[in-house]
Amino acid sequence: MKLDAKIPEGPIAEKWTKYKATIPLVNPANKRHIEIIVVGSGLAGSSAAASLAEMGYKVKVFCFQDSPRRAHSIAAQGGINAAKNYSNDGDSVHRLFYDTIKGGDYRSREGNVHRLAEVSTSIIDQCVAQGVPFAREYGGLLDNRSFGGVQVSRTFYAKGQTGQQLLLGAYSALSRQIGRKQAEMYTRHEMLDVVIIDGKARGIIARNLTNGKIERYFGHAVVMATGGYGNVFFLSTNAMGCNVTAIWRAHKKGAFFGNPCFTQIHPTCIPVSGDHQSKLTLMSESLRNDGRIWVPKAKGDNRKPSEIPEDERDYYLERRYPAFGNLVPRDIASRAAKERCDAGYGVGTSKMAVYLDFSDAINRLGKDTIEARYGNLFEIYDKITGEDPYTNAMRIYPAVHYTMGGLWVDYNLMTTIPGLYATGECNFSDHGANRLGASALMQGLADGYFVLPITIGDFLSKEIGTKAIPTNHPAFEEAENAVTERIKKLMSIQGSEPVDYFHKKLGLTMWEYCGMGRNAEGLAKAKKIVQEIKKDFWSNVRIPGAPNETNPELEKALRVADFIELGELMIDDALNRNESCGGHFREEYQTPEGEALRDDNNYAYVAAWEYTGDNQPEVLHKEQLVFDNIKLVQRSYK
Amino acid sequence: MKLTLKVWRQKNAENKGEFKTYQMDHVSEDMSFLEMFDVLNDDLVRKGEDTVAFDHDCREGICGMCSMYINGRPHGPLKGTTTCQLHMRHFKDGETITVEPWRATAFPIIKDLMVDRSAFDRIIQAGGYISINTGNAVDANSTPIPKLDADKAFDAASCIGCGACVATCKNASAMLFVSAKVSQLALLPQGQPERHQRVKKMVEIMDAEGFGNCTNTGACEVECPKGISLENIARMNRDFLVANVVD
Repeated sequence: MKLDAKIPEGPIAEKWTKYKATIPLVNPANKRHIEIIVVGSGLAGSSAAASLAEMGYKVKVFCFQDSPRRAHSIAAQGGINAAKNYSNDGDSVHRLFYDTIKGGDYRSREGNVHRLAEVSTSIIDQCVAQGVPFAREYGGLLDNRSFGGVQVSRTFYAKGQTGQQLLLGAYSALSRQIGRKQAEMYTRHEMLDVVIIDGKARGIIARNLTNGKIERYFGHAVVMATGGYGNVFFLSTNAMGCNVTAIWRAHKKGAFFGNPCFTQIHPTCIPVSGDHQSKLTLMSESLRNDGRIWVPKAKGDNRKPSEIPEDERDYYLERRYPAFGNLVPRDIASRAAKERCDAGYGVGTSKMAVYLDFSDAINRLGKDTIEARYGNLFEIYDKITGEDPYTNAMRIYPAVHYTMGGLWVDYNLMTTIPGLYATGECNFSDHGANRLGASALMQGLADGYFVLPITIGDFLSKEIGTKAIPTNHPAFEEAENAVTERIKKLMSIQGSEPVDYFHKKLGLTMWEYCGMGRNAEGLAKAKKIVQEIKKDFWSNVRIPGAPNETNPELEKALRVADFIELGELMIDDALNRNESCGGHFREEYQTPEGEALRDDNNYAYVAAWEYTGDNQPEVLHKEQLVFDNIKLVQRSYK
Repeated sequence: MKLTLKVWRQKNAENKGEFKTYQMDHVSEDMSFLEMFDVLNDDLVRKGEDTVAFDHDCREGICGMCSMYINGRPHGPLKGTTTCQLHMRHFKDGETITVEPWRATAFPIIKDLMVDRSAFDRIIQAGGYISINTGNAVDANSTPIPKLDADKAFDAASCIGCGACVATCKNASAMLFVSAKVSQLALLPQGQPERHQRVKKMVEIMDAEGFGNCTNTGACEVECPKGISLENIARMNRDFLVANVVD
């Protein structure tokens, strides 16, 4: 199969406008008869579901949480980018486009990214109209701040709770449609398979998490908005329930998986405190606007940070990257922290931490200003560590945060399965090998509000004659049976170890060998370990309770089984990519200064993996990336 | 630390529940309350017993899913803190801790410590929004909003919908939750066109869902992990009155 990204012809700045004007439409009378399934209720899912329902489609939305408002978009802290140029600092659509391509280390598609930059401004308008309370200046207009990897202030924010406010905006739009009966909501439901009929996605199999019933749902098209798979590392900033199952099941039914190894390690998280740790908490990148990152110049300096004099501190980001300083992109800041800790300069009891220090900013701006900007983040830090960050420098360390990889999609956001779409973090498309801060919210809402509702017309316009397919169709039967069998098999193992035991083992392996630094030898070793974990899991996991009741351990087991398989594919992808780019740092490929060394001649492509059967190697397809508008250069933030 | 846990166990909505006692011998001070339950559940699986079901997701105090009633207080003893952000350093060695689900007619129990809070969603569906279709918005800076109003709206909007206000109220009233959304939208110019209709519809569904009346005890404000103010209830009451007089 040849991958066709379907990027429209013409100059980059005109592609989307011209395409929009020519895309086939579905008339209002026909929309009433077309049903769309949306899986996931975060920014991408809720915004898509609300917009599609407003247009007149019949929408069914599924989420595993008890309410659509819980989706993990809610935890995004810092902000959302948009090329509004309200700050009058020279921002433009082109600059946001350029920053995103460069930030992604030249591994994303020009056409998609330009479109993202174009619609970014409409997102802010839409959210403000919904009543999203963004931060404002005293004159009553919107305030902006700056984020890593850029030199303009284009980030809109609502204290440290931007994701929450944007999600509640999308949730309210979706709630309005549910109230109007234009959308139906299925909470506490987990998608366990996609149903394919005549080569097209026509529905899903979901488990009702309250009573364990396996249920069938039809849709003319299925939209995945299921978020990232960072929990493959067990410890990450993702919510406990975030998982890969929905897209992994789609992958096994024929959707190619794009760049699975592209993982973002966020530089500023609260360090691990012990074996009991269940998740990691992010300290927003916005903190790097005012906080300075440093370690002591002397190894093993155990003095309190406030007792270490200025000239005995190494502000290593400011030293190595004078132009961007503490605001270098995430991948670079993370690697620099790892480098210092590995070299023996780490701080805290574990020595796997660096300082993020606000004393200069507090002296310069006053405690009140710092509190107004970051109060809730400081509170979170205090609660988790029991230390007051106003008087002690924060200790931080990188942690898994976001996955740039995901289902391969074309310009329409359609996967390689016709009628199956992927939006938001669960697709691979816009961030290349590294995502810039405050761009995840932008992409989720761009896809959901402004892109998918239009591009899905290309497929649905040909489906107006398709009648709703009854769910007693053999394809539904078959998919449901497979799901029931898998659950039966898991429940019958009754081994000796709980699900988390395997998940933690998998996570440690992935973090050690497929995390911030990777090399061929380690990856090969990791592949063997993951295969052993898989074998052990399927013969030794113990799940209590029954399948036909509320059973959180069974839910976890189904997810971990898929994480294990994904882990192996991530390792294969990391092994295949013999270059360093963005968050993918292959230790064999670096410049003399320790920066990522890309190989544009051989690897300027999207790796799209095709599943060919259990225990069969996946087949690699390449989508060559074409850069007509941006010159490929070594990324420099010096 | 060593702790004794008395935990409410209930198989499902139909069964009767009871307290069960668990001995925890190796609790670390740095654990969160939920991580302690992870350890308990790990032990239970190894012993072949069913795990304690509880709701949780983000574990950073923002999704609003966690909901444990700890020693007679929703989210436990710490002010402004959700269960997931409560750490064991706030308990004493040897202490007995009682853990129950949220209790309210409008929040039926699903299993153990899990309850059904979908009534909150239905209240929002009745009117907790501004009716604006995608693509209809004007430029975001075309309507300046005084910073003080925007900040107040933000404070109201920071509600996480956890239901602690209902759980702590002797009447199981949802007034704090509903008034937070009503206030957020009433404070903003965008929310004006539907202001009266919104408050009437939301209050109607709130009553229909079986939440109790507000008798101004103020317990909700004390226990709210996000510090949502009683001021919002006053604002909603006034809006409700005006809406009924005007229309």
